[in-house]
Amino acid sequence: MDFLNDWGLTLVTFLPLAGALVMMAIPKEEEKVLKQAALLTSLATLAAGIWLLVEFDYDRAGSLQYVVDKNWIEVIGSGYTLGLDGMSLPLLALTVLVMPLVFIYSWDHIPSPGNAKAFLALMLILETGMIGTFVAQDLILFFVFFEVVLLPMFFMIAVWGGEDRRYASLKFFLYTMFGSALMLLGFLALFFLSKDPVTGELLRTFDMRVLTDAAGAGIVRSSQLLIFGGMFLGFGVKVPLFPFHTWLPDAHTQAPTQGSVILAAVLLKLGTYGFIRIAIPMLPEAAEAWAPWIGLFAVIGIIYGALGCLAQTDMKRLIAFSSVAHMGFVMLGIATLTDFGINAAIFGMVAHGLITGMLFFIAGSVKERYHTLEIKRLGGMLLQAPRLGWILGFTSMASLGLPGLAGFWGEFPAILAAYQPANGIPEETFRGYMVVAAIGTVLAAGYLLWLLQRTAMGEPSEEFANDPHITDVNRFEWIAWSPILFLIVLFGVAPGLIFDVTDPAVVESLNNCLQLPDGCEGVAAATTAMFGG
Amino acid sequence: MLSLFALESVSEVSTVVQDANWFLEHAWIIPLLPAISFVLILFFGKRLPKKGAEIGITAVAVSFLLAVVTGWAWLDHRDNVVFDGGHSESVVVDDGHGSDDGYGTDDGHSGDATADEEHAIVVDDGTTNGDDRVSLAVAAAETGGKTEAHPYVAVQQTTQWFQSGGVEFGAGILVDGLSVMMLFVVTLISLLVHIYSTDYVGGDRRYTHFFAFLSLFTASMLFFVLSDNILQMIVGWELVGVCSFALIGHWWEEKPNSDAALKAFITNRVGDVGLLVGMITLFFAAGGGTTFDTVSINEQVVQGNVSHTALVVAAAALTAAVMSKSGQFILHTWLPDAMAGPTPVSALIHAATMVVAGIFMVARLYPVFFEGMSIGGSSINLLSTVGAVTLVGAGLLAFVQDDIKKVLAYSTVSQLGYMAMALGVGAWTAAVFHLFTHAFFKANLFLGSGSVAHAVHSFDMKKDMGGMKKYMPRTFWTFLIGSVALAGLPPLAGFWSKDEILVGTGGWGLFGGTGGNGAYTFHLSMGMIGAALTAAYMTRCMYLTFFGEWRGGHGHDDHGHDSHDAHDAHGHHGEPHESGPRILVPLYVLSGFSILVGLVNLPPGLFSGSAKSPASWQERFLHYMEPAGSSYFPAVAHGTPSWSLAIVSTAIAVLGIGMAFWYYFVRVDRLSKQTGQSLTGLPNGLTSRNRLAKAGHTLLVNKYYLDHLYTGIIAGFTKGRLARAAYWVNQNVLDRTVNVAGETAVRAGRVVYERIDQGVVDGLVNSAGRVSDSTGQELRKINSGQVQNYAALMFAGAAVLAGAFIILFAL
Repeated sequence: MDFLNDWGLTLVTFLPLAGALVMMAIPKEEEKVLKQAALLTSLATLAAGIWLLVEFDYDRAGSLQYVVDKNWIEVIGSGYTLGLDGMSLPLLALTVLVMPLVFIYSWDHIPSPGNAKAFLALMLILETGMIGTFVAQDLILFFVFFEVVLLPMFFMIAVWGGEDRRYASLKFFLYTMFGSALMLLGFLALFFLSKDPVTGELLRTFDMRVLTDAAGAGIVRSSQLLIFGGMFLGFGVKVPLFPFHTWLPDAHTQAPTQGSVILAAVLLKLGTYGFIRIAIPMLPEAAEAWAPWIGLFAVIGIIYGALGCLAQTDMKRLIAFSSVAHMGFVMLGIATLTDFGINAAIFGMVAHGLITGMLFFIAGSVKERYHTLEIKRLGGMLLQAPRLGWILGFTSMASLGLPGLAGFWGEFPAILAAYQPANGIPEETFRGYMVVAAIGTVLAAGYLLWLLQRTAMGEPSEEFANDPHITDVNRFEWIAWSPILFLIVLFGVAPGLIFDVTDPAVVESLNNCLQLPDGCEGVAAATTAMFGG
Repeated sequence: MLSLFALESVSEVSTVVQDANWFLEHAWIIPLLPAISFVLILFFGKRLPKKGAEIGITAVAVSFLLAVVTGWAWLDHRDNVVFDGGHSESVVVDDGHGSDDGYGTDDGHSGDATADEEHAIVVDDGTTNGDDRVSLAVAAAETGGKTEAHPYVAVQQTTQWFQSGGVEFGAGILVDGLSVMMLFVVTLISLLVHIYSTDYVGGDRRYTHFFAFLSLFTASMLFFVLSDNILQMIVGWELVGVCSFALIGHWWEEKPNSDAALKAFITNRVGDVGLLVGMITLFFAAGGGTTFDTVSINEQVVQGNVSHTALVVAAAALTAAVMSKSGQFILHTWLPDAMAGPTPVSALIHAATMVVAGIFMVARLYPVFFEGMSIGGSSINLLSTVGAVTLVGAGLLAFVQDDIKKVLAYSTVSQLGYMAMALGVGAWTAAVFHLFTHAFFKANLFLGSGSVAHAVHSFDMKKDMGGMKKYMPRTFWTFLIGSVALAGLPPLAGFWSKDEILVGTGGWGLFGGTGGNGAYTFHLSMGMIGAALTAAYMTRCMYLTFFGEWRGGHGHDDHGHDSHDAHDAHGHHGEPHESGPRILVPLYVLSGFSILVGLVNLPPGLFSGSAKSPASWQERFLHYMEPAGSSYFPAVAHGTPSWSLAIVSTAIAVLGIGMAFWYYFVRVDRLSKQTGQSLTGLPNGLTSRNRLAKAGHTLLVNKYYLDHLYTGIIAGFTKGRLARAAYWVNQNVLDRTVNVAGETAVRAGRVVYERIDQGVVDGLVNSAGRVSDSTGQELRKINSGQVQNYAALMFAGAAVLAGAFIILFAL
């Protein structure tokens, strides 16, 4: 137990990196050994993650556990601070779970031009970056992990991607980098400007716990709004929030299957996680002022992403666009600044991770069989590869938010929360958002079922009718996919598994805003004036 | 004074208990069984000798038996429950009929409280309907051997599902007359459809899959009707929708079928926007943002604690949901298309059960609609008008259909219109009663049409049917019974429920007519017109299908997909023949119900003349179903039945039959015999002579152009122009901005790099660098262009950063 408390988070964060280092010593030709090493590493990480989950004190899910607090860069007051609470736990679990599945899938799906060693090692480095982001409790540490994620993904797209990989990878890299730069500026401003709420002294710290407690104390309102704006751009690009989403369809379409899955399942959540872990608790006053705008971009994204889906002719690009719509629901939940909405958002992140990750797996397997993802050339998948077709149908249903499957519990509560956002946020505006978001569910059904109809139903086209390569789901796909399919059902039937964990942590972090003496009302007046409510 | 006080004491105390008969408490087992069956069929179905059908049938049969026992327990509970106003432990159910020993007198004051409650009931009913007092008292005397009536006490069992943000999400069951009735209807018809399907879809390539989805549907529907909270209702509502999707698209190889499935799902999603908005509004306005519980939401509304505006919004939004799910104008268009699914599915899902989910939802949340639509004391509102328009509009459409299933589909839409109208005018019991009777005779008709289609391999009445009476006499008789019941001729089922709806409109002022909740005269007349239409189109349907000579038997392969049902097992040609027992027995059972079920709610006063009359048979349905006087039901008034209305409405139905009979059975038949052909209409009918009639006919054939509007214009625009425009903006505005910004930065960076860095700074470094390693050169060879680009970008990035810093700190 002591070991776990002191080393648990460090272990789970750096195990993948250690694995990557070990793989460096294995010769390139030993592909099988390399695959085993990568899978073993990710399984060990999963084991460590499960251990953390098991020993986690769920009665205290609101407070950080397994906290590590060591000096790191003393000169700027940045520490090696890690911790896990109910908000980060589901995302950590998602990451450690998805990665082994990706490695299993990679067993016979190394994309061209091959070089399993580099490919697998990069994914392990990526895993360290993602886990680190979710457990970091120091802004600089958070930033470092946040950026560590970029490079491996950049190379995955640039080297193993599709035809247009160079453009896509560069765009991904630069766009996110651009956002990060503004985010970093925000972090620096917090460092320089935050004051202790009691003594009024400058804090000069990057410790997220301290900054959360300070909740923007001592920073004048206009600066708060600006700092939040910087973070808004930084995290918003990553989410991606309309209109900063244009890197996503390209990156997703060009990335290899594994890259797309990781991108959808985990990477996009770094942005939304940033909002609920950093931007909102540290600057609650600014968050209230920004909330109507976040909500606006969110609902535009819901409709716009869905329309984008309807216009697509490529299956993978369609799924990529659907992420814009789905993350819109997540952002709408966040924008309400209520515990209910943010719980929904976290649920939505996990659900989207599983469901859209699954859709990308399917797209990858379709591509492998048909050598194309052009929707109008496909068709009749249910006849040629019935199980693959049914899995696509099931996942589409989950994605359009069918109750009983995971997607619903991210979507419906977010819409519900919009009826009554936090005090001080214009109700009328958000009720409008609620209706728009509900209309988004119609469009979601439209594009997903239309995709299903055109790819899975009907008779196979002449081109592929007698193609022997079109086989049903193979063993590695089954092993990689069944846990995801199982979890989609499990979380749909027992949503409490996630809500019970996130709720205390979300309440805890929102208490900051509620404790502000007059901050909320002040902002309320301002925003009401702005929106004429 | 006494009555006022008593009324209050009813509504303040929740008339819901936890403890009751074992079967009432454990009604959740009924949906659980088919749910388990679904999973079992899914994983093991194909390996079993009957391909999974045996699991489905067993599960539904047990569910049906449980539903019957639960229904029995409810009748007993309704008559014998002792209620002391809130202490749930005090309810003891009498298991031994007629004996007083079982009654609970567990605490001293319960006697007084009970007396108060009973008083209240009698007074409440007395204010609205004088006859009720008598019938209730008689009922009590008959069943329990006690002299007083008992209050309406529902049974609720809830457990916490999960919680989030301080809101508890419950999962539970609410058992009262309404849900018990639905349990019976759903399980019975599902069981019959299961049996029927073993023959009808026998040999289908997705036979196992078909039964799996039947099980899932049954489970979802039962889950829906037992819901004790609105969130659970949403879940059930969506789940039955997805089963409907899967079953409509059962033969998805052909595009029209998958189109129909998509249309059904997406149209329902449009209505679901209303469902979500309405339920969310209720959750906050009536549930206080803390509870989804149906009973407490209803209670808040009944007690007048909810703002009227919120109720108007909620009721209107939920009406949109009813319009899609229960096929009301203008969102009904998916339902006729849904006939692309196998016929048993049409009978179960698209006639008897799923499509009444909207009606059920209104009935369940009735206070919301009663208050929100201001039903009492009014003469028009949204719900009643939607229903009235639907019942006539769809009735007209049924005339121009050649496909027998489409006739029945529009008929279903029309009958659902009756139900919605009834709820809209405040005739709750009439609506629920019509739901009940309609389920049997419409399932009967659908399965009957399937039986015919099974024989002639087609659904086209004009091309492939005619004269079927000779070949399939048994199917003919059952179909005739269903038709008469639907047409509303006494004493078959449809007559009683339809008559009750017409009474409920309160619009009948002739010969000492009736009160009701308001004067819905317009709706009464629409109901009358609907009665004539129904009778007439069913007569047409009977003639085209069963009379004249058989027109089929030649080249029936031309009209491919709509005869899909037929392709499966029977490849043989020749004369059509009667169906087997697995098809006929369900028809017999349903015919029996079609004849008899109307008798469960005989109007009061029917037998009052004689002392030995079976007065206890009057208004049994109302007694056991309507939660009058319970805490979660509004104070609705009941219209008084009138002989004159019954006679007039019957006469109108007979008139409708007569006109169609004269046209088809007399004139068309005569001409057919003259020409020696089996005709389906007169060659120079009204529509070919009169321009107005022709225009009307064209309008009907084109289904009021609604499909054109939805599929062609709205969906076409959204999928086509709008989506393309959004994508164009994406590529040419948003993305272009990004690209231009990127390119500019690269260009700027290159200038800086080439001119300043390479020219000046690097000049010194390079002279040293040239001497250094050869590996570096190798590296440069590989992607020298890229390295330069990256470097340029780094500079650009730095420039942006610096700019941002300057802006930030200048402010």
